[in-house]
Amino acid sequence: MELIFEKSVEERKGARVPGGVSVPADIPPHLRRKEPPSLPQVSELDAVRHFTALGRMNFSVDRNFYPLGSCTMKYNPKVLEKAAEEEGFLSAHPYASVIAPEKVQGSLRLIYELEEMLAEITGMDAVSLQPMAGAQGELAGMLMVRAAHEAAGRVKDHVIVPDTSHGTNPATARMAGYEVVTVGTGRDGLMDYDEFIRKLGPSTAAVLMTCPNTLGIFNPAVDKIAAAARGSEAFMYCDGANLNALMGKFRPGDAGFDIMHVNLHKTFGTPHGGGGPGAGPVCVKEELREFLPVPRVVKVKDRFEVVEDRDGSIGRLSCFFGNFGVLVKAYAYILLCGGEGLELISEMAVLNANYLKEKLRRFYEIPFGEGCLHEFVLSASGLKKHGVSAYDVAKFLIDKGIHPPTVYFPLIVSEAMMIEPTETESKQTLDAFAEAMKEAAELASRDPEELRRAPRGAPAGRLDETGAARSLKLASLE
Amino acid sequence: MRPITAVTWKPLVNLPHTPDEVAGMLRRCGVSSAEDFFSAIPGRLRPEALNLPGALDEQEMLRKTRTLARLNSPLISFCGGGFYQHFIPAAVDAVASNPEFYTPYTPYQGEASQGTLQALFEFQSAICRLTSMEVANGSVYDGATALAEAALMAARITGRRKIVIERGVNPLYVKVISSYLRYCGCFPALAKAVSVSPESDALPEEADDSAACFIFQNPDFFGNIRDFTEAAAAARKRGVISVGSVYPVSLGLLKSPGEMGADIAVGEIQPLGNRLSFGGPGGGFIACRKKYVRKLPGRIAGETRDASGERGFVLTLQAREQHIRRERATSNICTNQNLCALRALVYLTLIGKEGFVSLAEKNASLAACVSEKLKKKGFGIENSGPFFNEFVLNLPVSAEKAVSGLQEKGFLGGIPLGRFYRGMDNLMLTAVTETRTKEEIDRFAEALGEMV
Repeated sequence: MELIFEKSVEERKGARVPGGVSVPADIPPHLRRKEPPSLPQVSELDAVRHFTALGRMNFSVDRNFYPLGSCTMKYNPKVLEKAAEEEGFLSAHPYASVIAPEKVQGSLRLIYELEEMLAEITGMDAVSLQPMAGAQGELAGMLMVRAAHEAAGRVKDHVIVPDTSHGTNPATARMAGYEVVTVGTGRDGLMDYDEFIRKLGPSTAAVLMTCPNTLGIFNPAVDKIAAAARGSEAFMYCDGANLNALMGKFRPGDAGFDIMHVNLHKTFGTPHGGGGPGAGPVCVKEELREFLPVPRVVKVKDRFEVVEDRDGSIGRLSCFFGNFGVLVKAYAYILLCGGEGLELISEMAVLNANYLKEKLRRFYEIPFGEGCLHEFVLSASGLKKHGVSAYDVAKFLIDKGIHPPTVYFPLIVSEAMMIEPTETESKQTLDAFAEAMKEAAELASRDPEELRRAPRGAPAGRLDETGAARSLKLASLE
Repeated sequence: MRPITAVTWKPLVNLPHTPDEVAGMLRRCGVSSAEDFFSAIPGRLRPEALNLPGALDEQEMLRKTRTLARLNSPLISFCGGGFYQHFIPAAVDAVASNPEFYTPYTPYQGEASQGTLQALFEFQSAICRLTSMEVANGSVYDGATALAEAALMAARITGRRKIVIERGVNPLYVKVISSYLRYCGCFPALAKAVSVSPESDALPEEADDSAACFIFQNPDFFGNIRDFTEAAAAARKRGVISVGSVYPVSLGLLKSPGEMGADIAVGEIQPLGNRLSFGGPGGGFIACRKKYVRKLPGRIAGETRDASGERGFVLTLQAREQHIRRERATSNICTNQNLCALRALVYLTLIGKEGFVSLAEKNASLAACVSEKLKKKGFGIENSGPFFNEFVLNLPVSAEKAVSGLQEKGFLGGIPLGRFYRGMDNLMLTAVTETRTKEEIDRFAEALGEMV
């Protein structure tokens, strides 16, 4: 399809800018730009048709099953969007929080109450909603780890991560100035305990774990690991990307974790927006409260105030309260579900994953572990003998109107396909997916070329990723 | 432990399973209850039931969130400081509320995500055209983190560690940069003492040949329009990367970072079609010269061909990113602000080339007009040169006091600069955009007049 710039017609106008005829501003020529920026010139209808057509080229949760592992692509009730559309929330200026707090008591109360709810769900003592995504929650966590060690005069130089960890974990540790030590995974799909103990030492700053891990497996020795870490004065960090498996069943704070982030856009009612915005609140135990990012919302009698600076704090990671609009949806979601509802959600997410795993195990290898929680990892390596890869299966699913699972992650599984159905999908949808996966496996032996040519009915045929990286056409300029 | 499924069955809005289906699925899995799936969690680690309020229905829930929203009182805003209320055409909301844009994930599977990818490519193109740069990423969290990431990027390019920050950079952005730099071996160096009117736009002496970058902002925090063309040229001679932080709306009129010769341009996209929303979500962009693209953090959409030779788009240069490169990635960023970037693109498309120039002219002339009006009422204007849509008022009383008085009269008057700078207790940073009517401006001037 043409780019919006290619649809531009000189002198055509879209929206009218309010405020009558513009008077030229009194700005000297040397401070002005030479030419106006070459933005599109289209009518409102041209623009709406263009973007509606683009939307139709996307797979989305509202149209397609989207079992993307590690991403929790659940359906979020529309009423959550409605809750966030309140004008009182949308029009509040962030500076009002400090210069006119009386006029934004509603937003401040929401922040305070959501922090309390997340503390309860995670078993932690204090929460900052400021981080704008999981990775920024991790950054907040790692900066707090470093600040706390330095405040106590402890010299640390590395963090420990299992080899199944999300890429953000090691990348974040480096941003806090730590080296990364990786521990392997045993045949049971769990972090190798003996190797962990060998690598844990007095200079270990923190141990980063995902619960359940990215294979969907819960580590029953988690409190033993935490106790060992504590013995080395290392903090325990929980990557909360997989919290959808555990609500009401396990609270990381009860098992010795000191810090965790929560991805509100995975577990708590916020759609992903095609990649964001999300929110990654960071939750901590009492010992780390003083290090939380500022500003903080505090309750003074019946009203809410904002504390802008605090000794010990790692400072600001956003000017104010991060992605507030996302927080409203998460708050509304928790109200809608209640505590019991959240627990039911985790049960059904886990049931759906186990049911699918049962249906698929005849066609694909399950390389690690028997039990799984809300997601599981298959290997398509059995199809290799036909010259078919996980990548081919993924593209085949697109032709079936199904968004592919996460492929080639975690890195320790060859031809990995990571499947997370979520609780909102019906048995019928799961059955149809299992059928499509079975068809792919059968087609691999019968007509592998057919798989390698997929997709054929999608908005685009198979795209040349290598060519894109070679030619590097990254923008349409003038 | 009792499984919730066994004891209660609430018709929760988002769960499709019937009790019969649950029973059948459990049988298929060879277990008698959902609780069995959780057997790996030792009993000693199992919590009591969550202490949260009981489930509300849609109506009750909306009543509660609406009640909270109404505890916020509307204020007529003359406040900016990085967050601006601008007119948003209704079609921006219409496009962004299309679930085919707001319910997909990151477009890793190109063939199933051409809509998001082409929109990203168009967003990158629009940002390049605004800033006069060659490449841009598909957004980061906000303008402040964009600047912090740009500083880290400059450190990677140069192998140097000193981050020189011009005094006109938003003080909250400086705080965010400091948090980001704290433990990664880089350190910020703030140039010179602060006064509202700049003494010079020259390269500060701190930006010597040990500096990774020189960060400037235009218009600066006090609203002044600056020209860092010579500073950028001087920086280049010392091997220092120049980074320009801009208010994108001003680029309808003002010399762009690229025209000034900057290497990297960053900014906040909230003013481009995104609501204030108490500070977020908005988004940040980072644009740069093509030769630095491999050091650029965040997702980038690139053009390619599909199997039948048709144009298509994919996420490209992923080897920079954390999911491939892990601890050697250019940043830890994964989730970005994609939907806000889409809003910015739709906004720029609707406002269009001529509209965008006219919008910037209106902002600048309106702010000049308001400042004249206030000058006639006897208030001092601290800016000695041209400003865009924000300026500094010198009040005969403390600005904190003035702001709280204005709040009583329904105005968010501006930012008391004493919060950030010593000796500026009577100064208030005030912004005027095209959303303010003549009547609101008159009432604001009147309210200010009564105050003092």
